[in-house]
Amino acid sequence: MPILTSPLSDESAFVAEQFDDIEQQRDAAKLGMWIFLATEVLFFGGLFLGYTVYRFTYGDVFIDASRRLSVLLGATNTAVLLISSLFMALAVRAAKLDQRRQLIRLLLGTALLGLVFMSIKAVEYHKDFVDHLVPGPHFEWSGKDPQNTELFFWIYFAMTGLHAIHVTVGIGVLLVLALLAWRGKFAKRNYNPVEIVGLYWHFVDIVWVFLFPLLYLVGHR
Amino acid sequence: MEEIIQPKTYLRTCAGLLALLGLTWMVAYVDLGPFNLIAALAVAIIKAILIALFFMHIKGSSRLLHLAAVAGLMWLLILISLTLSDYFTRGWVPLNH
Repeated sequence: MPILTSPLSDESAFVAEQFDDIEQQRDAAKLGMWIFLATEVLFFGGLFLGYTVYRFTYGDVFIDASRRLSVLLGATNTAVLLISSLFMALAVRAAKLDQRRQLIRLLLGTALLGLVFMSIKAVEYHKDFVDHLVPGPHFEWSGKDPQNTELFFWIYFAMTGLHAIHVTVGIGVLLVLALLAWRGKFAKRNYNPVEIVGLYWHFVDIVWVFLFPLLYLVGHR
Repeated sequence: MEEIIQPKTYLRTCAGLLALLGLTWMVAYVDLGPFNLIAALAVAIIKAILIALFFMHIKGSSRLLHLAAVAGLMWLLILISLTLSDYFTRGWVPLNH
């Protein structure tokens, strides 16, 4: 016999029919996101594996190549992403407390810091391009072993590039969330989408936490 | 209903993360030989754990979510350890050609 439930609270209005209650729906959404993040770990994992193999094979080459990257810009970007993660965590909190204005501000703040990250990354990429460090026909290296140095920069651009794509997607999603929040979509504790995007944003932050020391701080400076 | 965490916890987590960033940065200017890599990775792992525990609410979430989070890392470890076991042992057995 089907169990008929009457909308006892506001929350039950957001429960899709395949779920028993709002808690089950939230748990399912979070579990789905964590499983997606596990596939993302392996997506980036292939690149981290390639990095590991070549770092152990051409350690000295990687140290010389890494010195051409700006630690100051890399560290600044790390700080920018860490603070953006703080904003995101506070945004999820605001959504849970149904604080609409605060939520919109924090979502926009997180997106803005994402844009700051991308701008600094653009400055770095431009500098690499001018210095002929972009792999391909224009790559120039006056030091030893230019071929394997180029390999380091392939890995650098592949890893930071894939990460930058993730940040760009994140900024877009955050702006959409801010618009939906402005329209009152997450009112009355219907905060699931905000929490899910938060998990994604923090994951992208974690990836950078590993990219920064592995690419910018190879060996000692 | 889920527990609402105080902003102070998030601020402390963020302060800790920024302090750890400063630590990696400083350690990178000291020559520790192979320990530069180990120190950098150790700090990165601590930072990742802090983000997962407090920002991603692994602390206080269900066992099922813990399992999903750890599963991703397990597969990554399998990927890395099996591949490296190949690369690092290639010279062990001499080949006759």
